[in-house]
Amino acid sequence: MNSSDSAQTKGPSPLSDAATLEFRSVMKRYPGQREPAVENLSLTVPAGEICVLVGPSGCGKTTAMRMVNRMIDITEGDILLDGRSVKERRPAELRREIGYAIQQIGLFPHLSVTDNIATVPRLLGWDKQRIRARVDQLLELASLDPHETRDRYPAQLSGGQRQRVGVARALAVDPPLMLMDEPFGAIDPINRERLQNEFLRLQREIRKTVVFVTHDIDEAIKMGDRIAVLQKGGKLSQYAPPAELLMYPANPFVEDFVGADRALKRLALQRVRDVDLWKAPLVRVGEPVAEARAKLSDAEVPYPLLVDDQGKPLGWLSERALAGERVEEELRSNPKPILDLDDVLRDALADLLYEEAQYGPVVDHRGAVTGVLSIEILSHALRTDPEEVPSGADAL
Amino acid sequence: MSLLLAQVEIREREDTCVADNGFCPDWIADNFDRYVDPFFQHVLLTVVAMGIGFAISFSLALIAYRKRWLINPVTQVTGVLYTIPSIAAFFLLLPITGRGFLTATIALVSYVLLIIFRNVLTGLDNVPDDIKDAGRGMGLTDRQLLWRVEVPLALPEIMAGLRIAATTTVGLATLAFFAGAGGLGEQIFSDITFKSNVVTAGVLCLLLAILFDIVLLAIQRLLTPWMRALPMESRRRWMLWRSGQTVTGTTPGNDRTLTVS
Repeated sequence: MNSSDSAQTKGPSPLSDAATLEFRSVMKRYPGQREPAVENLSLTVPAGEICVLVGPSGCGKTTAMRMVNRMIDITEGDILLDGRSVKERRPAELRREIGYAIQQIGLFPHLSVTDNIATVPRLLGWDKQRIRARVDQLLELASLDPHETRDRYPAQLSGGQRQRVGVARALAVDPPLMLMDEPFGAIDPINRERLQNEFLRLQREIRKTVVFVTHDIDEAIKMGDRIAVLQKGGKLSQYAPPAELLMYPANPFVEDFVGADRALKRLALQRVRDVDLWKAPLVRVGEPVAEARAKLSDAEVPYPLLVDDQGKPLGWLSERALAGERVEEELRSNPKPILDLDDVLRDALADLLYEEAQYGPVVDHRGAVTGVLSIEILSHALRTDPEEVPSGADAL
Repeated sequence: MSLLLAQVEIREREDTCVADNGFCPDWIADNFDRYVDPFFQHVLLTVVAMGIGFAISFSLALIAYRKRWLINPVTQVTGVLYTIPSIAAFFLLLPITGRGFLTATIALVSYVLLIIFRNVLTGLDNVPDDIKDAGRGMGLTDRQLLWRVEVPLALPEIMAGLRIAATTTVGLATLAFFAGAGGLGEQIFSDITFKSNVVTAGVLCLLLAILFDIVLLAIQRLLTPWMRALPMESRRRWMLWRSGQTVTGTTPGNDRTLTVS
């Protein structure tokens, strides 16, 4: 936001209300098919939360999403947006109030970035100045430079930029609900990661209700406040926050779908700063050995960690370093892996395994040691009750 | 009568080049006036036929785009019209509409219908599904989607159709004099043995065809500035842009249609 706050005058506040979405026994049967595509789907998405619909191909997740803005008609049951049935609304009007982003993005190639984003505002009759201000605000929100991008055609943008414009376009009139159908599905893994993080950051600001469709359980765990796992035939298997889903899969299907490594996946939900670290026995060269030994007896780690004046880790000391009166620089091993407070636990574990280490020093943003993370702490984290585990969106 | 008079006029000249039916620049310079009126008749015939032909076939294509069952009957009927030799068409129409501009126009119009109809329809059909889906999902009505998205994106194909139709019509309009509608054809056939005459009228026809093509191309450029943003090799078939996009972006095992996942 920052600079865009001032540019915005009349547009809707980016912090406007989000809508509550409720599926009530929704059923969809396509003509000529015996099995329904979606069967008796009931779930509520609280305002401001990301609900991920996840499941294998043909599980009806996209169908379920597309019934919300009536791109697909509901056969039975109802979908309520802030308590009001979508069936009462004229489809075109309803859709203008619901952000819509799809995997293929669907930017209009004959319109500039500005005109693409301005599509719905123009349908709603916004004046030129308001549209212009809103476009620039959205481009900044989507991490794009307005001056550089606003007059370009979609073909002149990179894949990641197009995706950002797609999201900006979906947010144009500040809709209380966003539908996103595998929005990052066609992006390479590195950029997908970045776009996911960007969207989560954005979501922390705008707090929309989001229905997010994906077939990728890792993406679901990362993006979702709640995850609805659908199985073939559109049956809801489980609807739960990510940690609960991983800890207590409701049935063999969910267990299978989240994967045998679900315990490891739970580690992706937490960061190093979220767990209780061990105290590090920090010593400096020239320090009296008695003091160092005192620190060591206090700590769970059997070796003292040598740090420099700024508190940056230099290495683990050997027994010989404590032989004299003063601590000498007799390194037993290098301090690797050096972990960051913001590292995801899964990555921290990978680093420990890679370095074949039992524990690693954890540093803050200045690089100074604040504690030690060990394999023991990680295995304890795996046993923690999900109630204490933050959801994917909050962890970031 | 005029046909006879023209020949008499030419034969009266003493010039040996003219007497030999040769290519005589002097004669062309002296007699250029006689081609001005036929030239503008020719322009008028082409423009009117193209205008009416476009109005009819564009409307038919828009209707058939929504009501797909109409595509076959329309293609067949316009196909038959396209196949009737134009001279035959003139003579078939003579008893009904009589000699003159109307008869020639009807025949010329019937000839361009198929070309334009097919190109408009192809253009509309080529608009990628994801773009239509996004438009609809954003709340564009069918009509808004058609005029703001589908027709603009079909313009390259539509304009290509118009250019083919224009060139064809300029050529066919040389036969319009059989229906008594004048044009450069009347000049050509007034003395088809005289090279100066045939070359002058023929070159004017050619220039006219090129002129129409250039004008239509300029209009296309003006209407589709976005085409220039596309990579060079895919401008002709801008759809390639989309396939290029998926080649760089698709993850394996992720092929799915829009409607059901």
